[in-house]
Amino acid sequence: MRNPLRSESEAYRFLWVIVAGAVLIIVGAFIDTWLGVAVAVIVFAALGWWLMHEPVPGAADPLPVVTSETPPGTHRVLVVAPPGTETVSVPDGAEVLVVVPALASTEESLTGAVDDRRDDAEATAAALGARLPDARVEVGADDPALAVEDALRIFGADEVLVAGDDGLLDAIRERVALPVSRTRSGT
Amino acid sequence: MYLFIASEIMLFGSFFTAYFFVRIVNGVPWPSPPYHLPVFVATVNTFILMTSSATMHWATTSIKRGNVWGMRAGLLLTFLMGLAFLIAQLYEYMRAGFNTSDGAFPTIFFCLTGLHSCHVFIGLAILAFMTIRAWRGHFTAEHHHGVEIGGIYWHFVDVMWIVVFTTVYIL
Repeated sequence: MRNPLRSESEAYRFLWVIVAGAVLIIVGAFIDTWLGVAVAVIVFAALGWWLMHEPVPGAADPLPVVTSETPPGTHRVLVVAPPGTETVSVPDGAEVLVVVPALASTEESLTGAVDDRRDDAEATAAALGARLPDARVEVGADDPALAVEDALRIFGADEVLVAGDDGLLDAIRERVALPVSRTRSGT
Repeated sequence: MYLFIASEIMLFGSFFTAYFFVRIVNGVPWPSPPYHLPVFVATVNTFILMTSSATMHWATTSIKRGNVWGMRAGLLLTFLMGLAFLIAQLYEYMRAGFNTSDGAFPTIFFCLTGLHSCHVFIGLAILAFMTIRAWRGHFTAEHHHGVEIGGIYWHFVDVMWIVVFTTVYIL
């Protein structure tokens, strides 16, 4: 759905659409009250249809794919572990960063009520940190793909290991131009 | 932005619910005798507000093209017209001949139009800051986010006025 107040120009256009709709309703109501009601229903339906079908700028554009580089002679692995993961298998000899995305629902993200999800992620990160003393463990963003993107900006990795389900694996594969595979984990 | 729109819809929606209850469900004539709505002043106010949206749009398009004086003139005119709207609204209230204690009709009339006037007042405060910043040279063709956001709010206030004017004064 397109936000009619996305920019000043669109808000100005929306204003004149509302004025046109109001004029139609007023004319209909002056002819007959029920005609006015019918016109109002049609105008609101048309407005809803227009906002639903108006293309959102940039929505069809492919998401940017994130790449990363590592210093020569090092092997770095980024591990994505959803909250609740108790153990993950990491390759020996590699520098490891484990990211625990907060994984909030859409409603929680929209309303900013992500404190509980962050608490879960922090508890998981603390437990994994205790089990993997050689690895860095951090809490990431609510969106796992965004959490990976953030992590790759500060920790260039050669590969990404995911300790989650297929949905999480696919979401990360779409956004990362690195080998992404599943690692053994326990919950 | 979606949360802002949703909160505004809920806020105005609650007042419109009360309005429709008073007018339709409760069967009170609108406006209830012997009162009359000041339709002429409200119509003039509508034209003032629509024109102020046009000048706001002029200000935004001007700064996008690097025309700083066009933006300054647009913002100043928008502010003055918003002020004129608010003064006319207060004048209308003083001459209305009824008050909130006179029944459900005057109460919901003042609540709905007053709620909108509060939004205009906030818009005027934003416009005042925008105009001062414009005169201090804070906005350029590349950096004018402050004008853009203020413009969106001003158009939103105008949209709400069209809904209030149509519902309360005309229908």
